[in-house]
Amino acid sequence: MLNMVQALNQAMHQEMQRDPRVLVLGEDIAVDGGVFRLTDGLLDKFGQGRVIDTPLAESGIVGASIGMAVAGLRPIAEIQFMGFIYLAMNQIIAHAARIRNRSRGRFTVPIVIRTPYGAGVKALEHHSESTEALFCQIPGLKVVVPSTPHDAKGLLIASIRDDDPVIFLEPTKLYRAGRQEVPEEPYEVPLGKARIVREGEGVSIVAWGAMIPVVEQAAEIVGKDGIFPEVIDLRTLAPLDRETVLESVKRTGRLLIVHEAPKTCGLGAEIAAFTAEKAMFQLEAPIMRVTGQDITIPLAKGEDYYYPGPDRVALGIKKIMES
Amino acid sequence: MYQVLAENGRVAPEREPKLAPSDLRKLYSLMATTRAADLKALKLQRQGRMGTFAPSLGHEACQVGSAFALQSKDWVFPYFRDLGTYITLGLTLTNYYLYWMGNEEGMRIPAGLNIFTISVPVGSHLPHAVGCAMALKYRREPAAAVAYFGDGATSEGDFNEALNFAGVFKTPNVFICFNNQYAISTPVRLQTAAKTIAEKAAAFGFKGIRVDGNDVLAMYALTKEALEQARSGGGPTLIEAFTYRMGNHTTSDDASRYRKEDEVNDWTRRDPIERFRIYLRDRGLWDESFEERIQKEAEDLINKAIEEAESTPPPRPEDLFIHTYKEMTPELNDQLAELRDFLKREPK
Repeated sequence: MLNMVQALNQAMHQEMQRDPRVLVLGEDIAVDGGVFRLTDGLLDKFGQGRVIDTPLAESGIVGASIGMAVAGLRPIAEIQFMGFIYLAMNQIIAHAARIRNRSRGRFTVPIVIRTPYGAGVKALEHHSESTEALFCQIPGLKVVVPSTPHDAKGLLIASIRDDDPVIFLEPTKLYRAGRQEVPEEPYEVPLGKARIVREGEGVSIVAWGAMIPVVEQAAEIVGKDGIFPEVIDLRTLAPLDRETVLESVKRTGRLLIVHEAPKTCGLGAEIAAFTAEKAMFQLEAPIMRVTGQDITIPLAKGEDYYYPGPDRVALGIKKIMES
Repeated sequence: MYQVLAENGRVAPEREPKLAPSDLRKLYSLMATTRAADLKALKLQRQGRMGTFAPSLGHEACQVGSAFALQSKDWVFPYFRDLGTYITLGLTLTNYYLYWMGNEEGMRIPAGLNIFTISVPVGSHLPHAVGCAMALKYRREPAAAVAYFGDGATSEGDFNEALNFAGVFKTPNVFICFNNQYAISTPVRLQTAAKTIAEKAAAFGFKGIRVDGNDVLAMYALTKEALEQARSGGGPTLIEAFTYRMGNHTTSDDASRYRKEDEVNDWTRRDPIERFRIYLRDRGLWDESFEERIQKEAEDLINKAIEEAESTPPPRPEDLFIHTYKEMTPELNDQLAELRDFLKREPK
């Protein structure tokens, strides 16, 4: 039984063992094992040539990872919190995402940029960001978000083996939220494939990351009223598994999207749009979103107003079932 | 400022690099070809046959001299004013013209050439050169990674992050700054209050040196030395090539808005090719017939490249899609199909 931190740590151990091209770099990741201990034990096992404590410079970390990848390595870069990834945005958007295209395939950037994201942990400012949609609009990037220890391990292994740059978002709230049976041997959870968390009827709820357990709790709540929603965990946000979502929505007739990011231009907007394009006439109710508001994520004392919890999601489910 | 050839072509014998006469003539020929190819591109741009590009006029010595010191195992991270570098390293003129005509195919660097693609956002390729050098070091390859950039780039965060990494990890890097006095219209005194760009290296814990960027032999000698130091584990070097951008920033720029004619004329007297020609003539390695021959060779090469570039078909719709990811996503397939459908309905 492993929690998500242990599952991710195991994935990195095993991939570094398997492939000498894989290395990790970032702030405080070697001696300290990372501020959340994700890279614990890697330094002892693989040495400082492969487990690299870097200067405090996010653009430098991602930029250097790009250079390593172009020269044939497969670096895993850790950005300490998603709120600090903006310092590396130019490297991610202007370079990592487009070098394959710019060079017509001569050069590729098989890097994984891991970063903890999300609210619900009463953290400091800039430590609760959930701005995944920023990355989903960039051609050439893949965006992955696990919600369970099992998926975390398999998705990280698949991301490391993937030949394109992957933004790997780890829900801080779920790092140690629970344990799960995780196979000891390495395995891949394929990128671009959603998972049906629970089958249901009447409404499809699409969510990812830390919102999955919230949605599951909400489903328990509305279950008492005889509502049994279908819950889909996207797992990969780019490229999107539109097929699984559409197949489900066509069956259930309703779509509710739940994300902790601000509402406007959140990924929910894209999910709503393609559903309207492809399945409008199978819908029995308007598409609905339960999300964070378009405000700066509040500090600890105000966080609960912002963060979608089980009760807010349950209310959303009841509303869409009534409309 | 490190100099081998004075502005009048006089050589400092104790600094003269040991180059065979054939290499010296080769250097001259590469510089002459660079200038001819650059001026031709400008003509084509004025005729509407070339897109906006950044002319290299005046940079022939710092581009060719430094690139001539490289070995094929070394890596190069250019910026966007690097024609002579490409020509010296063996990237075809066809590639160069094709790219600036607006076809990504031009940046499909042939296998075997460790030249990275042109980087447009200023200074942002410097961390790539550092990461590449970290990879070379990790694999214990005795090679170096070179980054080229202008004086404006030294104000960017990425310059500072990259050189800081290089110092900390003692990477096999050579950072070559073409200090051509202007970043578009902004003079170098508005980029930095430091006396030289070279001295910035001290803050990162390694050596920086200012060199006469219009002196091809000085560029060659110092780059060679820095490369040897890098390849043998001695760490990085910052080379500031002191030069002047004789042309506009790009073909869309009008430099007369921000700099005086006197200043330009003054630099015209320090022309890098003239200077080297005097040196070669004094050594009996240059005469009119040699000049005629290499100009003819350059012209033939250039004409062939233009012909090839102009006869290259424009990209097909799928060419614009297939390099987004290793494999096409379902959504990209749908969007490509939609584009094809549109083109079928509106063929033109």
